Amino acid sequence: MADGQDLSIFVRHGSGGVAGMELAVDGMRCAGCMHAIERGLARETGILNARVNLALKRVTVEWREGALRPEAIVASLAALGFKAYPFLPAQEREAAQQEDKQLLRYLGVAGFASMNIMLLSVSVWSGNANDINPVTRDFFHWVSALIALPTAAYAGRPFFESALRALRAGAVNMDVPIMLGIVLALGMSVVVTLNHGEHAYFDGVVMLIFFLLIGRYLDQLMRRRTRDLAGNLAALKAETATRLGADGTSVVVPIAAIAAGDLVLVRPGERVSVDGLVESGSSEIDQSLVTGETAPASVSAGERVHAGTLNLSGALTIRVEAAGAGTLLSEIDRLMAQAVESRSRYVRLSDRAARLYAPVVHATALATFLGWMLFGLAWHQALIIAITVLIITCPCALGLAIPAVQVVSAAALFRRKVMLKQGDALERLAEVDTVVFDKTGTLTLPEPGLSNLAAIAPEVLAAAGGLAAASRHPLARPIAMAAGEPRPLDTVREHHGLGLSAMVDDVEMRLGSVAFCGAEAEAAAASAAYPAASLIAWRHGARCAVFAVDQHLRPDAAASIRDLRALGLDVVILSGDRLEAVAPLAVALGIAEFKAGQRPNEKIAELERLAAAGRRTLMVGDGLNDAPALAKAHASMSPISATQLAQASADIVFLGEELAPVAASLRIARKARRLMVQNLWFAVLYNAVAVPIAIAGFATPLVAAVAMSGSSLVVTLNALRGGRQPATPAREVSA
Amino acid sequence: MNILVVLMPLALALGLLGLAAFFWNMRTGQYSDLEGPGWRILDDDDLATEPVPADSPVAAPGQRS
Repeated sequence: MADGQDLSIFVRHGSGGVAGMELAVDGMRCAGCMHAIERGLARETGILNARVNLALKRVTVEWREGALRPEAIVASLAALGFKAYPFLPAQEREAAQQEDKQLLRYLGVAGFASMNIMLLSVSVWSGNANDINPVTRDFFHWVSALIALPTAAYAGRPFFESALRALRAGAVNMDVPIMLGIVLALGMSVVVTLNHGEHAYFDGVVMLIFFLLIGRYLDQLMRRRTRDLAGNLAALKAETATRLGADGTSVVVPIAAIAAGDLVLVRPGERVSVDGLVESGSSEIDQSLVTGETAPASVSAGERVHAGTLNLSGALTIRVEAAGAGTLLSEIDRLMAQAVESRSRYVRLSDRAARLYAPVVHATALATFLGWMLFGLAWHQALIIAITVLIITCPCALGLAIPAVQVVSAAALFRRKVMLKQGDALERLAEVDTVVFDKTGTLTLPEPGLSNLAAIAPEVLAAAGGLAAASRHPLARPIAMAAGEPRPLDTVREHHGLGLSAMVDDVEMRLGSVAFCGAEAEAAAASAAYPAASLIAWRHGARCAVFAVDQHLRPDAAASIRDLRALGLDVVILSGDRLEAVAPLAVALGIAEFKAGQRPNEKIAELERLAAAGRRTLMVGDGLNDAPALAKAHASMSPISATQLAQASADIVFLGEELAPVAASLRIARKARRLMVQNLWFAVLYNAVAVPIAIAGFATPLVAAVAMSGSSLVVTLNALRGGRQPATPAREVSA
Repeated sequence: MNILVVLMPLALALGLLGLAAFFWNMRTGQYSDLEGPGWRILDDDDLATEPVPADSPVAAPGQRS
């Protein structure tokens, strides 16, 4: 058991013989922790620099190459009282950080430009009201142009790129009218300035870019926070494997360090963390996370095992075929591709608005132009009025309407330990009318527990606990846990596939299968009381007891289901488990609609049937077998204990042992959607007032500036209401 | 209005100075942790050369958690 650890994969080798590593630190909350870590690490010899990032709960450590091993840092942090988990510097994380910085740079430039141009514009406006010298006005306009043109070319790039991408794909998004507005307004303003005109719109254009970039940045900010937290959680999971060297030594290494072709040892009670072929050994494995089936399957040399399965009885050596993201059961792979395709057909609220918005606005501008021409105005004057219509309708408020709500709501979800992975998940979640639960690991706790605790005498539990503590078998763990994790007995012997035994007071004490302990009579009684439970027997001389080990409901499952019903949602169970295991649980929760023994493709078919009946489903699941269904459903959630693939396919991941986040997220999502729709309606109202003014030709640059900033302010303030959530009934119930 | 010839470049230069400062902040990573530095200012590590007792209260909060 005393394998060495090898964390060298996490070390970053910098220039000048300096090595570095980034670690996520569990339980670092206050400034005191920060000081303790930095001081404590600085005292270690060889460490050059230790710096804590308190916002991200991470510490970056640097040391002279070869001065110490990375494991020593984890050990010294443990000595300081902190559990730390190293990070793999992921490529995509770096790329996303670059994108973040670029956006912030655009924002900085646009902010600088809009402030300076506004300074010039206010002078021109007040001058126009009195009697400004036309030469001075032209000078001010030229200086504005000097600032605005490079700014638009630089800071407007995100919109231009996105608009051109959409146009090339033959589609229209919100960025197309934005680009058109910016280009036309700038062109017109330059022409006006050349002709010594009064009204140039440089300020309006740059302000528009600035506000829209704020919306973009908010969107990015939300995704970054989720990404950072998700990164920490992934590191905290710290999946490892025991690698066997050619010389027979075994080293515990992180999954990331495992390559195809390596030989990996999986002991009984451990979870298989790789996909591969069994090289030697035979065992029974629990595939419930992969297929949903709870009955163990036996494997021996030459057979294939998958990541996520649990090794029950014997040690296995596995030749790795794929590690990390790994290969999947080919069936799940096929279903995933199919499911993801159907999800991508969802059209986001903002895109739906854009589809309506762009043609209407462009048609209005064109009608204005033609109208004024017919009215007898010179063509260039008619064009100027048409362009002011485009400027005034430019979706400044629309650009903020949705991201601002998303950011505020995502923050509200964060406080309830819910991580939102995509902004548009809120919209989809709000539309849900049916919640589909997986059973194992979702409605129930991820680890099984002891069901008949009350029927077991305390001294029996203590004795059995001493035996059980010596084993890592998943059925022995709940017994050891219920007994309060006692010290294992010294002379425990393992009988392969049967159980454990030890000599106590010169009489053999046994813990294991019913037949191994000769406890058939007691077992019959226990299985009558707990039909779905797995039985473990204990015998010491004449004394005998049977433990019923079973999946236990999450502590607030019943309250959460009631809460979901109160929100007007139908609740359905789709489980891969046997009917005998699902039925009593459904009855206990008062769920009439349930299906057992569902294979992944049947789950998808059931979701399709519900969708065909016009229902919008929220899938809540955790297993590999749920992943296609999670990707298929209208919206999806996973507990943090879920398999990697399930988490990757879910829109939302929630932490903790409770189910309350499901109802809480639904409440927040509904409120968010209401605010988004309100904001969109406000934008319509704003246009209904502003557009006639523009069509009439009264939209001076001053009017445009006031209208733009005013409407943006209103939608932002409205979005902030999303964070002011009173204590929800869900929290009162669970409290 | 000749004063404008001086004032205008001055205003722009000040603005650009602010922008340059913003870029410098970003490049030196001052936005990567918005919580820690506020506390760090209370840290007396610049006084570490003085004979500070080893069991200074700094380590205490960490042990509590």
